[in-house]
Amino acid sequence: MTHGALFFAVFIACTVEAVEATTIVLAAGTAREWRSATIGLLGALVVLAGIVAVLGPAVSSLPLRGLRLIVGALLLVFGLQWLRKAILRATGFKAVHDEQRIFADEIAAAHAAPRQERGFVGDWYAFTLSFKGVLLEGLEVVFITLTFGTNEHDIGLASIAAIAAVVVVAAIGFAVRAPLARVPENAMKFVVGIMLTGFGTFWGAEGAGAQWPGNDAALPVVVAAVALFAFGLVVMLRRVAPSPLAETAADQVSVAGHR
Amino acid sequence: MMAAVIAWLRAFAAFWYDFVVGDDWRVAVGVACALAITYGVSRTTIPAWWILPLAVVLLLPLSLWRVARSKSR
Repeated sequence: MTHGALFFAVFIACTVEAVEATTIVLAAGTAREWRSATIGLLGALVVLAGIVAVLGPAVSSLPLRGLRLIVGALLLVFGLQWLRKAILRATGFKAVHDEQRIFADEIAAAHAAPRQERGFVGDWYAFTLSFKGVLLEGLEVVFITLTFGTNEHDIGLASIAAIAAVVVVAAIGFAVRAPLARVPENAMKFVVGIMLTGFGTFWGAEGAGAQWPGNDAALPVVVAAVALFAFGLVVMLRRVAPSPLAETAADQVSVAGHR
Repeated sequence: MMAAVIAWLRAFAAFWYDFVVGDDWRVAVGVACALAITYGVSRTTIPAWWILPLAVVLLLPLSLWRVARSKSR
């Protein structure tokens, strides 16, 4: 795996997570109180830093084969779940992820919730909404960064890619003070699902003792095969799609996939 | 106090289950089985690299088919 491929894989996966976290923090800050939402954001970042401090050295100290087995298994389960949802969205069986609508729902829920002060947090609702959102999405960022970085012996580059994705998305989100609805999130999730499934298949099999024909050269072939298979499933499922929404969503994914 | 601890532990376990396993537990079980078979076959002289791709080819359509069938009813 080249440095560029590692950077791209981590960057795109972390961008998707960062977009979701940014939407939640923006909703908490806009509808409730920016100070409490910011404390929640910082609190979650501190917890995530603690998790990295504990898990980072532990993951790095594992023997490579054992690491690839565990990481491959987790990535493959994650990847198949992501791919499943992405295919269901692309074919109309599941509602397309809409940051604008999620933002509106969060704002409506935030307006309805009562205000409660706890300690130095002025608005507990804004704090917990922001804290939970960043922690949940951040855990996935940490997982992807640690696993990809450790497997490729370049945690530094994986961390830079993750931080770059988070900083870029957060900067744009806070500059426009609106959900990043124009980010092609559903298409990106499709791509991330393909990558996680491909890498999970490759590393999982290696960790379990299999030897790939061509060794590392097999990785791009596996990823390409997963992509072809996923697009094939989209085409097949479109034939039994429940609504006209399917064609629009599938077109979006197809177009994004050919870009 | 004890009830609160149990409730917290349950919530903690539910969070990690949802985080790792997700919506379809059969996929996670299928991946675990495929890895176990890969390990077993890799101890023989038969190549074992094809087992995990085959698992993907079987598990993903099955999981999708279950959703499609329930939505189409």
